Amino acid sequence: MLDLTPDEWTAIGLSLKVASVATLASLVPGLFIAMLLARGRFPGRALLDGLVHLPLILPPVVTGYLLLLSFGRRGTFGAALAEIGIVFSFRWTGAALACAIMGFPLMVRAMRLSIEAVDRRLEQAAATLGARPSAVFLTVTLPLAMPGILAGSVLAFAKAMGEFGATITFVSNIPGETQTLPSAIYSLTQVPGGEAGALRLTLISVALSMAALLVSELLARRLARRLGTG
Amino acid sequence: MSATLHTATLDIDVSLTRGAFSLDVAFTAGPGLTALFGRSGSGKTTVIDLIAGLARPDRGRIAVAGETLLDTERGIAVPAHRRRIGVVFQQARLMPHLSVRRNLGYGRAFARGRSDGIAFDGVVDLLGIGHLLERRPAGLSGGEAQRVAIGRALLSRPRLLLMDEPLAALDEARKAEVLPYIERLRDEAGLPIVYVSHSVSEVARLARTVVVLDAGRVAAVGAADTVLRRADLLATQEAEAGAILDMIVEETDSETGLTRLSGRAGRLSVPRLTRRPGTAVRIRVPARDVLLATQPPVGLSARNILEGHVVSIHALGEAASMVEIDCNGALLAARVTRASVRDLALAPGRAVYAVVKSVAFDPQGVGTARPEAVEI
Repeated sequence: MLDLTPDEWTAIGLSLKVASVATLASLVPGLFIAMLLARGRFPGRALLDGLVHLPLILPPVVTGYLLLLSFGRRGTFGAALAEIGIVFSFRWTGAALACAIMGFPLMVRAMRLSIEAVDRRLEQAAATLGARPSAVFLTVTLPLAMPGILAGSVLAFAKAMGEFGATITFVSNIPGETQTLPSAIYSLTQVPGGEAGALRLTLISVALSMAALLVSELLARRLARRLGTG
Repeated sequence: MSATLHTATLDIDVSLTRGAFSLDVAFTAGPGLTALFGRSGSGKTTVIDLIAGLARPDRGRIAVAGETLLDTERGIAVPAHRRRIGVVFQQARLMPHLSVRRNLGYGRAFARGRSDGIAFDGVVDLLGIGHLLERRPAGLSGGEAQRVAIGRALLSRPRLLLMDEPLAALDEARKAEVLPYIERLRDEAGLPIVYVSHSVSEVARLARTVVVLDAGRVAAVGAADTVLRRADLLATQEAEAGAILDMIVEETDSETGLTRLSGRAGRLSVPRLTRRPGTAVRIRVPARDVLLATQPPVGLSARNILEGHVVSIHALGEAASMVEIDCNGALLAARVTRASVRDLALAPGRAVYAVVKSVAFDPQGVGTARPEAVEI
């Protein structure tokens, strides 16, 4: 059953790489935006909130097209970035960018909720004990928000593993470069005799998603025990 | 500056308005324990937040040990983490993700480099929390958590300790468990403390100086015994007015289970006190538990009768009066009906017998007084 062709292995490996890079690269900006939305009081906060959530509501193909317009070779940012050697269009890095953008609202949402749930009175207590704001963030806010940060990361990773519309619109479907698991499944369903391969990759896809959820559940439980809430 | 002025431990003069609530408070506190006393909503916690730097006033000045921490006119506002003011909150606020040991070490880590202050083992001993060190805060009782919170604040090496109703969230048994540790802190750690409470018995037991807050204003400041006796002040508080008496334990009658105390006002019997004869104690006599007679009472079940004379009479609402009685220099307060004042012809100077019901002695209100308080 699991006699995978080299192309299929490539697609799996690429998907894992793209999803990992997308998730890791989103972590710091995600946390920053989540802090801003949870704690910040500034004009334009609602606008920022809307912008972050946009990819969740827009048709993925629209997001992908917008990415193409802005980060494509002749795009607004794409041309400038190409000057310094960063190219997204039709590269796996573009797939990672598309996946990151699509997973971003899920990640920020989970992080923001967990930051909002952190008891500010604990942070005040830390301040009276001599902790400066950065120390309060690192020793109180971050550890207490960790379950949400973890959940957000897993969600973003799972989303990245399954992202299809924006990716294929932005960076197409090039085997070995931008052909992720969903794209590979799509391609296999388009050719005669591809059903077996499509089914194999579908099962792999299900297994990977389940594994991600399982790992996150286990980690969350361990964290809850450590926080004394489990 | 005149030579009689000395640097106060805490000097505060602040005002702020938040919606319908306005606060305008000025007082100074010296060494020892100063109680901030008042009903809920009187602004006690706001004052604590302002001193700790967790809130900013609209206008004002705060100085601790001579260092200006806040001066709105000069644009000074030292942030909370640089004020070196320890706070024990109503809820312990321990870090749930850290063990008791690491909670205790939390503030200590930021205070590194300061040579003054107490050692870890000393604090652990003082508070009796040695057996809890490896536990998580979630597994502690309320009293244990509060003791750890006190230890954590002490180990951050503060120059002033603020305690915001640290016992309010605890039941009576837990309160009785924590109170002796606060007394030890007051007497042994030598750290000035500002203690917020709306409980007369706690204030009577712990405080040397009392600041009474009412509706965001300072209603009275003074020595604990004087302020707590001031019926007109306390009548506006939820808590009951009462008198503070400093006494010495004489002996306990094993047959009746009563302990005899003696003091300036005379002798009193209270339910068995497990203290050695000669120990100084401070007791509180609630005004509602004092009856007055103009002749020596006979055939009465109450055992404690003190002789004295009326000092003053204040009306309390429509039907009640607060009568201040001087018993050989110790002051007692009695809450009686206005009809009784008329029928007994009570007036300043009138000799009276104050009948104190034995049950009026609340064990929670019996605390160890500092020895110098009775030497006068």
